[in-house]
Amino acid sequence: MDHVFFPAFSRVAISGGTHGNELSGVHIVREMQKHNVNQMGSLSVCPILSNPRSIEVCRRYIDTDLNRCFTDALLSTPLTDSSSCELRRAHELNALLGPKGSDRAMDLVCDLHNTTSNMGLCFIIDFLDWILLHMVKYVQIKMPTAPIRVINTNVASKSLSYSVDSVAKHGFAIEVGPQPHGVLRADIYNMMKEAVDHTLDWLNKFNAGTTFEGDKVEVFVWEKSVDYPRDPETSQLTAVIHPKLQDNDFKLLQHGNPIFKTFTGETVNYEGEDLYPFFINECAYYEKRIAFHLAKKETIAFPPISVKKE
Amino acid sequence: TTGRKSSRRGKSGACLPKLSRVAVCGGTHGNELSGVYLIKELMKRRREADDEEQPILVLSNPRAAQQCLRYIEVDLNRCFSHDALNAPLSDSAPYEVIRSREINAVLGPKGSADSVDFICDLHNTTANMGLCFISCSDSDWISLHIFKYLQLCIPDIPMRYLHFDLSHDEAYSLDSVGKHGFGLSMEVGPQPHGVVRSNVYTTMKTALELVLHWIRLFNCGTVFEGGPVDVFTLVKHVDYPRDCSTHDIVAAIHPLLQDKDFCLLNPGDPVFQTFSGETITYNGSESLYPFFINECAYYEKGIAFSLSRKSRVNVPSLRANRDQSR
Repeated sequence: MDHVFFPAFSRVAISGGTHGNELSGVHIVREMQKHNVNQMGSLSVCPILSNPRSIEVCRRYIDTDLNRCFTDALLSTPLTDSSSCELRRAHELNALLGPKGSDRAMDLVCDLHNTTSNMGLCFIIDFLDWILLHMVKYVQIKMPTAPIRVINTNVASKSLSYSVDSVAKHGFAIEVGPQPHGVLRADIYNMMKEAVDHTLDWLNKFNAGTTFEGDKVEVFVWEKSVDYPRDPETSQLTAVIHPKLQDNDFKLLQHGNPIFKTFTGETVNYEGEDLYPFFINECAYYEKRIAFHLAKKETIAFPPISVKKE
Repeated sequence: TTGRKSSRRGKSGACLPKLSRVAVCGGTHGNELSGVYLIKELMKRRREADDEEQPILVLSNPRAAQQCLRYIEVDLNRCFSHDALNAPLSDSAPYEVIRSREINAVLGPKGSADSVDFICDLHNTTANMGLCFISCSDSDWISLHIFKYLQLCIPDIPMRYLHFDLSHDEAYSLDSVGKHGFGLSMEVGPQPHGVVRSNVYTTMKTALELVLHWIRLFNCGTVFEGGPVDVFTLVKHVDYPRDCSTHDIVAAIHPLLQDKDFCLLNPGDPVFQTFSGETITYNGSESLYPFFINECAYYEKGIAFSLSRKSRVNVPSLRANRDQSR
């Protein structure tokens, strides 16, 4: 593959508390703010707490999920008196970190999340972006014993990307689990912090002129999601994730494998194409009607890159 | 209270009245989902099967369960002390205070002859505590025998008996409404709040079935042999180190303490890790057993973990009173 050149990174943001009860990111950002971190090497760094009101009450959100508010359509909708707290905040964040799609936007936004699922550390990207794939590879090499994976949400277009990191020129989320919402685990905090530090390190090395050789990386590409069996009248769950699926994120799920166990003890089996499950039993997804997501696994090659010298 | 008066201790053991009215409560905290779903499932089965001889089933905090929150305004499971239940009710009383009076009317009144004979209240915790019984008495022979029975029937499940030393009047939890304070909270963890894990649900369901089975055996006149039971008695709570001005936590439970509920904590052992990576050690003088390590709901109560002393209680043999004057 041909060598690709990118401009240097000058402005990056680290956001935490986009969901107020996902505590690793809240404390990583608070710690950066406490130590007035605003410059790291050649990078101007902006640590920011995305949803302070929900952090205050340790809830995912006040009115609506902030991390679904950043589509082009929602960002261009004029605010009214009845606009949700989160939509207002999304407009503020878009002004601060964006505007999305413009040249003034942050070069990079790294948004920090936790999950109750046993997913280890995941980089979540909306598109194949050579910068992000190089960054992930670097972090994987620096943290060889950590379970680090890449998920491509496979969203149709940048305009439909709904997450806060989509306002930046290069945006991604770091999702670490398992951790109960509202709980801070030291091991999870340490893993996330190390990944953030390596990410910033990579950016500085990139800015300094390092050539990063081409390589390949495994990527899990979102295919579909599966809901819980529900009572047709009440919509309440009639089954839970089967013990054989629970905690087995990224292990191949084959046609005929158990996926749910009803409250009366019966097993429900998976029917469909062999795929890789993730976000298995994520607390916040019960209300979104997602028991787990399914992905195809692909190996993606990426080209050598270095900074474009002015 | 009349607990001791109505029990007779013969040469060979204790006699207690039959447990004719028993209640099972779930969703006292609306986001502790094993209990929420178990109560709903039991209620559904009752409607379908029209069973006799069944416990009273209560979904304690329906509004909180509906929103999957621990509580709406105040923690329901702190509303049942004698003083709290008898304080005058204002017009602006929190939802849970009003609800506690409703529950007290149905299952109590606490302290009266009309209260149910036994309450089992179902809870989950984010702490790695396995199955725990929590009681306010270390001489509640009913609860202790139930515990012994479960240990015998499901020996593969790690289980412990916790004792919070409070008088019946002072006891603030829902399970204290039962007569003589016979009752227990059944805690199963670890499970994130708002999540149902199949293994945790199954453990709670199995344990509850055994509790109810023991009660049936007891009521039929079975003599249960006495024996020793290890009891963990709460000594104190330890809070997170906090920032003086903002009150935010400045450290997390240390990785070497995380998930080590009921592993002896010695003076000098690591307990917290600050955000800058320093270790804070336990500076107590006595080795104690930690539990509720990193329970989500306790951050706001100022509890990082609790500490207990282990002691051995000799539980006498037990059977139901043969004469049924009550």
